[in-house]
Amino acid sequence: MALAITMAVIFASGVVFPYSMRRLWGFVGDRHGPNRVGPLGLLQPFADFIKLVTKEDITPTKANRWVFLLAPVIGFATPILIQAVIPYSETYTIANLNVGLLYIAAVSAFGVLGILLAGWSANNKYTLVGGLRAGAQMISYEIPLLLTLIIVAMLADSMSLNDVVVQQADVWYIVIQPMAFIIFLVAGVAELNRTPFDLPEAESELVGGYMTEYGGIRFALFAGLMEWGNVTVWGLTTATLFLGGWRGPFLSGPIWLLLKAVIMGLIIIWFFATFPRLQVDQLMAFAWKILIPISILNLGVTGLFIVLWPDNYLLPTAIFSWGATLVFIGVFTFVVKKILLGKRLGMHKSMDYEPWMLRKPAEPIPTRRQVGP
Amino acid sequence: MTSQDQMAPKRPYLKLEEMILNMGPQHPATHGVLRLVLHLNGEMIVKVDPVLGYLHRGLEKLAENRTYYQFLAMLSRLDYLANIFMEWPLVRCIEGLMEIEVPRRAEYLRIIVAELNRITSHQMALGDFMLNLGAGTPMFWVFRDRERIVDLLELLTGQRMMYNYMRVGGVRYDIPEGFEAECRSFLAGFPAKIDEYEKLITDNEIFLARTLGVGIIERDEAIDYGLTGPNLRASGVSWDLRKDDAYSAYNDFDFGIPIGKHGDCFDRYKCRVEEMRQSLRIIEQALDNLPEGPVNVKLPPMLRPPAGEKYRAVEGPRGEWGNFLVSNGGLRPYRLKMRDPNFVAISTLPRILPGYKIADMIAIGGSMDFMLGGADR
Repeated sequence: MALAITMAVIFASGVVFPYSMRRLWGFVGDRHGPNRVGPLGLLQPFADFIKLVTKEDITPTKANRWVFLLAPVIGFATPILIQAVIPYSETYTIANLNVGLLYIAAVSAFGVLGILLAGWSANNKYTLVGGLRAGAQMISYEIPLLLTLIIVAMLADSMSLNDVVVQQADVWYIVIQPMAFIIFLVAGVAELNRTPFDLPEAESELVGGYMTEYGGIRFALFAGLMEWGNVTVWGLTTATLFLGGWRGPFLSGPIWLLLKAVIMGLIIIWFFATFPRLQVDQLMAFAWKILIPISILNLGVTGLFIVLWPDNYLLPTAIFSWGATLVFIGVFTFVVKKILLGKRLGMHKSMDYEPWMLRKPAEPIPTRRQVGP
Repeated sequence: MTSQDQMAPKRPYLKLEEMILNMGPQHPATHGVLRLVLHLNGEMIVKVDPVLGYLHRGLEKLAENRTYYQFLAMLSRLDYLANIFMEWPLVRCIEGLMEIEVPRRAEYLRIIVAELNRITSHQMALGDFMLNLGAGTPMFWVFRDRERIVDLLELLTGQRMMYNYMRVGGVRYDIPEGFEAECRSFLAGFPAKIDEYEKLITDNEIFLARTLGVGIIERDEAIDYGLTGPNLRASGVSWDLRKDDAYSAYNDFDFGIPIGKHGDCFDRYKCRVEEMRQSLRIIEQALDNLPEGPVNVKLPPMLRPPAGEKYRAVEGPRGEWGNFLVSNGGLRPYRLKMRDPNFVAISTLPRILPGYKIADMIAIGGSMDFMLGGADR
């Protein structure tokens, strides 16, 4: 039963998200997206799946065969494992651990292993670079992710995900800690290797990143089930931690939970349709210079408030967090651009010619050579 | 034993070596079939060797075996995004040798087609650049709007891509009925589309972080390498054959030339966007003041330009496209040399790229907008 539910959710995410991504991206790009297979193109993912399953399973000659074959399976195991501790309703959790948050932290760190092995074992330079990028990126962004998990644990005074949802009966944690939610969103997108942090599979640079040498069913495991299964699981976790989990009016618990998870997935698709890709050093700088200090500050201040006012720390925490969120967004819309522009001025050696100008025909034209009479 | 060997530790605990990555000719971001042999230290580029010639068709040699009319039809295949600019210089060379006066109306039509084609080319450059940076949506927006221009060009020339529209002494067709209205409605709507591109791209912090100060080509360096077109103007050099040579009827029009300041990826991108706006102005003025008259002159069925040599160039969307024609008075060119801006742009890569990362290389390549169909000829 439990296994059936987890597998069903993962496989459903492998169907729902690729379709909705292509369809929504199509709408953003002013075109139709898949609309030929089945009504509204709804059967497109199944057609793709049949195509991938029936393809030949190729292992490159010089690959490390067993590691190469095992890597997608390891990657695929991660979302299934994490899902076990998510509470689906008041009474139903597959495995009701009292250290659910710790378990999520531990298992999500496991996901990088599959990608690293895939990148290394294929014996291809593109996959190697992609796998190492993924390793560096996922380990770096794990830290802000964990720091926000600690904030949630402090607010709920428990590490059990059931308790976290129970504590959100009156007010969701996104209202109390929007800063933590934003950090969780950004670090999560990076952890999932999604645009704008999709460097490990950057198709214009590394062809397919760590997936370059995979084809057929193993590619489906990686690109369909693991990636989108991770998105679903991340959506479920975010919903549980910040959006009140299974809570919601009128509908039953599991439906609310999955709905919230799908909305989080759609946010990722929206990012994908809008943003270009960051670069490796900018990515690492963003994690270590911006996200981690902010997370530590957020964690420290929240802890201080809890110590100072053990009975009613929610209001000051909320005030601080909303203020921090506004400052953060303000910095990102105004200051970053100024810094970037200023850096460019500093880099430049000769500044003796005019800035942006449109030459008027009336002005004398400086001619250095004659082309034709 | 050299001194370097003595300095190295006896048993290095980590074996470091340069990785040689053979990027291309089949690669998503090499604009055709460019092959770059990258020497990498981690992700840092140490050395670049561009390898060209995968699209070589020997067109310069083919020209020597064909009459002028036959060869005109082949020219569009060179730079397949800026086809009109491929035909124009050869036509001008022949006209110069034979001293043919081109009718005013034909010159205006040439300019209309060329500027429309320049917009499509810059659109593709924009879409490709953003695709290289990892954003797919601009590519689709660009294609949506490009479709209208391609339709306009089809109305005028009968072709969507390989126009074959230039003729010695004029152009092939006069404008058809309904073209002007179509064109004016396009001109009215397109500035909003350019603003739309800019809203999506120019203000994005990630785009700025990827392009500002990346791939700087200094003013003097750009001149030394012989860069032309937006790549040169982004480095702050005010050089545009439409003004400096003022060929065809470009003197009649009031338009500006966007000049960059820093010569980085952002300026090259911005120059192209501004050039699209200026091209719209030119087309509008050309439609307003289109002179009456013939669009072609009567010429013998076989062209025999007098013996001599001529160099003529036009300002294409990627830079100066020039043809050097040597005629011995026969039916066929004695020798035809093509001067190509893409080749020059690629030749700057070994100078600019070392020190940058793979991702920057992709961004720089995208912003230079080279087209291998032209470079390999």
